[in-house]
Amino acid sequence: MISIKEVEHVAKLARLSLNDEEKLLYTQQLAAILAYFDELKQVDTAGVEPLAHSLAIDSVMRADEVIPPPGAELLLSGAPCRQGSYFRVPKIAE
Amino acid sequence: MATDSSTLIGKSVRELRALLTSGSVSAREILQDHIQHIERFDPELGAFNCLTTHLAYEQAEKIDALVKKREPLPALAGVPVAIKDNICVPGYPATCSSKILQNFVPPYSATVIERLGASGAIIIGKTNMDEFAMGSSTENSAFAPTHNPWNVKKVPGGSSGGSTVAVAAGFSTLSLGSDTGGSIRQPASFCGVVGMKPTYGVVSRFGLIAFASSLDQIGPLGREVEDVATCLQVISGHDKRDSTSLPFCLPTQSETLASGVKSMRIGIISELSGQGIDDDVRCSLKQAGETLQSLGAVVDEVSLPNSKHALSVYYLIATAEASANLSRYDGVKFGLRNQEADDILSMYFSSRSDGFGAEVKRRIMLGTYALSSGYYDAYYKKAQQVRRLIKQDFDRAFSQFDLLICPTSPTVAFELGAKTADPLQMYLSDIATIPANLAGIPGISIPCGFSQQRLPIGLQLLGPALADSKLLAAAYAFEKATQFHTVTAPVLTASAKH
Repeated sequence: MISIKEVEHVAKLARLSLNDEEKLLYTQQLAAILAYFDELKQVDTAGVEPLAHSLAIDSVMRADEVIPPPGAELLLSGAPCRQGSYFRVPKIAE
Repeated sequence: MATDSSTLIGKSVRELRALLTSGSVSAREILQDHIQHIERFDPELGAFNCLTTHLAYEQAEKIDALVKKREPLPALAGVPVAIKDNICVPGYPATCSSKILQNFVPPYSATVIERLGASGAIIIGKTNMDEFAMGSSTENSAFAPTHNPWNVKKVPGGSSGGSTVAVAAGFSTLSLGSDTGGSIRQPASFCGVVGMKPTYGVVSRFGLIAFASSLDQIGPLGREVEDVATCLQVISGHDKRDSTSLPFCLPTQSETLASGVKSMRIGIISELSGQGIDDDVRCSLKQAGETLQSLGAVVDEVSLPNSKHALSVYYLIATAEASANLSRYDGVKFGLRNQEADDILSMYFSSRSDGFGAEVKRRIMLGTYALSSGYYDAYYKKAQQVRRLIKQDFDRAFSQFDLLICPTSPTVAFELGAKTADPLQMYLSDIATIPANLAGIPGISIPCGFSQQRLPIGLQLLGPALADSKLLAAAYAFEKATQFHTVTAPVLTASAKH
């Protein structure tokens, strides 16, 4: 059973701030969903390799060639806050 | 304007092509009629987040210039196509129906948009969806829900609800959706149209905003199998910008589409055809099996014993991948930022909490939990192990059968609001579509009947990896034999009645 404390911890890991009402709701809902997932415990998976991907994916390499970049101006066009050709953020350290 | 312009709504790719080639109609006229139809009927249905009118007229002009010069027309010349709002069309917002991306204008184009453009398609607008494709009813849009054109009190399904309604209502001939756990096939079933999730890797995901990368796949929706096949031919193929795209070319449609189902071995999935499936849906499935048999297929039952675990496996793997993919929305480089935060950490917290809706937060929480220290083995690793067992079930089934069938959804379209309070009930509506995503195989939903309340029912066909053409051929044979697709939502013909 997931507790409010665990929900608070997970929210912090996920960088989400929840109000008291949300904490309570998510605790109830996640508990119900996780209880449903418990059916997986009956499945015998001894010796079964985890499957991360349906395809047999290998690292794809490409030739080390210069491709013209889209340009800083275009990439900065969606910046919520910029200064010159930089993304500006609030202070990171004192 | 064309002499009887209203008849341009609801035409197939083939019909539009014939009209353009004969010179009786221009691409501009086709576009104008579709925009009028949208302006008249979309306020009630809510399929579109925005129209890409300027781009569309530019593209139509190019087609009309080709016609004028009597040059050969590309495969989708003049065909209006609607695009799910998680696919990047440069110059227009790609919102994912989320507040966090409400003002995000992508600086580049998705590969599928480039390919549609090169094939002469007219991009007509961006369509509503469940926020970040997380949902099965399009009620999780941060803007407004989309309504089912068969009955506006019902949901259209989701998450590609807007794209599905666009074709069902005649707003476009084709549309693109994305399918992570059924988001193309389930709404296609609810709205009585054709929707296909190709084999994972057949269509490039470059420019598709990621939800769960090992499961996401772009696919086409349309009113007829042939249109969907033509669209898939255009958008598929290897793309070096997506390292999971396969070096594979679909066989040419003209060679394979009419090859039929004669002596095909088709398995009805027992676990997805009995308990928990509505009577109307079960009855249609039984008839569909008989139809395929009458067309020369050999139909028998097949068991996929681990498919009953697919829902748990999916909602662990998809949310785990989503929690990682959505960590990029931090308010730094693009998207919503809470401008009041005075240090970086509170900026992350407040931007994400303001920008994400309830279901997206719930899934990020669930995925973060499943990946967190102490729970990883019990949930995430366990889910990946059972994922392999599910894939092995399919491998075994496809050693005996060419294709498998089951209902696309256990029910027909439900009422708006019916499942919003209970996330688990909403998740259960994906029970029949999820296994294909976990195994990476192709699936298609085609109309196969109506419920007693006159709501469409969808038949799902599944094939082994890379058997996309065979799947389309079987769907085409079924469509030709049944004609369910000729019964359309009332709004499709409403423009012809004034």
